[in-house]
Amino acid sequence: MADEALIVLENVNKWFGPLHVLQDVDLSVARGEVVVVIGPSGSGKSTLCRAINRLEPIDSGTITFDGRQLPAEGRALARLRSEVGMVFQSFNLFAHKTILQNVMLGPVKVRKEKPAVARERAMSLLERVGIASQAEKFPAQLSGGQQQRVAIARALAMQPKALLFDEPTSALDPEMVGEVLDVMTSLAREGMTMVVVTHEMGFARHAANRVVFMADGQLVEQATPAEFFANPKSERARDFLSKILTH
Amino acid sequence: MSEFLHVLTDHWSLFGQGFGNTVKLFLIAAVGSLVLGTLLGAFRVSPIPALRWFGGSYVNIVRNTPLTLVFAFLVFAVPKLDVDLDYFTAATVALTVYTAAFICEVIRSGVNTVAPGQAEAARALGLTFDQVLTQVVLPQALRSMVPPMMSVLIAMLKNTTVAAGFSVLEAGAIPAYMAEFGEPQFYVLLWIAIGFLILITPLVLLQRLLERKWAVAR
Repeated sequence: MADEALIVLENVNKWFGPLHVLQDVDLSVARGEVVVVIGPSGSGKSTLCRAINRLEPIDSGTITFDGRQLPAEGRALARLRSEVGMVFQSFNLFAHKTILQNVMLGPVKVRKEKPAVARERAMSLLERVGIASQAEKFPAQLSGGQQQRVAIARALAMQPKALLFDEPTSALDPEMVGEVLDVMTSLAREGMTMVVVTHEMGFARHAANRVVFMADGQLVEQATPAEFFANPKSERARDFLSKILTH
Repeated sequence: MSEFLHVLTDHWSLFGQGFGNTVKLFLIAAVGSLVLGTLLGAFRVSPIPALRWFGGSYVNIVRNTPLTLVFAFLVFAVPKLDVDLDYFTAATVALTVYTAAFICEVIRSGVNTVAPGQAEAARALGLTFDQVLTQVVLPQALRSMVPPMMSVLIAMLKNTTVAAGFSVLEAGAIPAYMAEFGEPQFYVLLWIAIGFLILITPLVLLQRLLERKWAVAR
């Protein structure tokens, strides 16, 4: 793992009305690092993830990506977002476009690649996530697990420097969780920089370099997965783990 | 019955000219208000507060003004500013400006039917605001926009008759001429109603065609 930081959050604060959802959050993610963010619902972990590509603007503090501070709305922000892939809980595949068109849209419209070149890469990515045979179908014709794998291929098609996952398996039927986690695990092994908000403790254990625990908008503790699961330091983390691991 | 038919056949040229101008008014104002209304709709959903404010103010002011007042403003007030407008042009501009406010709201409500996640995913890929709108949101919004859009256009087609009050010879002006010829008003009005039915039919067919076409792609 390289030491150079790709994503740096400093003193980040955000309010939703009176609710202080991010409180003085500091976090640094190194190039090639896989950081898993866990915590009870409403702890601000999704907001944290979405703040990194400014889908949620923050109220104070700074976020730096690859040495540059996040720009405000406009073309500069669009350019930055094209370098950060994002995978959503609800997949958000473009409903009016085929699977192949979903994966090609970014490269063709944002990067201005030739459609033939974009198509070739899109097909090889669909091959990789095991959906190549469904390339001409529409998203609604696929299962949730398949849709989420397409969403990962769509993010990868932009050849991003980092991938953000916002609860990628929370909307899936249990038997489809594995196929999505398999793809994510193989990306992690290949050295993709990833920030993953999830409730999948198994994934956190075997794929993460670091686990970050959030509660009530604060970053409560962070450690390697082995250390965190064996020996959580804070009361909040012990309480959280006891609730999810006893079943 | 023959008297009913004669009302039309004896005055072909008047009916032709009247309805011809109605169609002309309608087509120009339809294109104009679709362009202006789409632009205003884009303003209303844009991330820039000043544009949102402008779009909102336009809709609130224009939509709440009676159409006859918009006409009067363009026909009587604007020429006082040394702008040379003939009656027909003034009528087209009035219809365009007025209808654009309604089109804008149809566009905006159509955009709101598209799940927010669709635009979010497009933004996350790095698409710019206009690309998000044209590539992802509007194509999906079109389907739900068709019925209200057609209602607005049909209302606009009928609103063209207001122009008769401002010296434009369109279908709404025909009864006044026919009264001078001493033709029975009831038959004249029936023919005008039939004329509008004939003009509106293609719009209804277009609506059905578009609804069917866009129902498949999903």
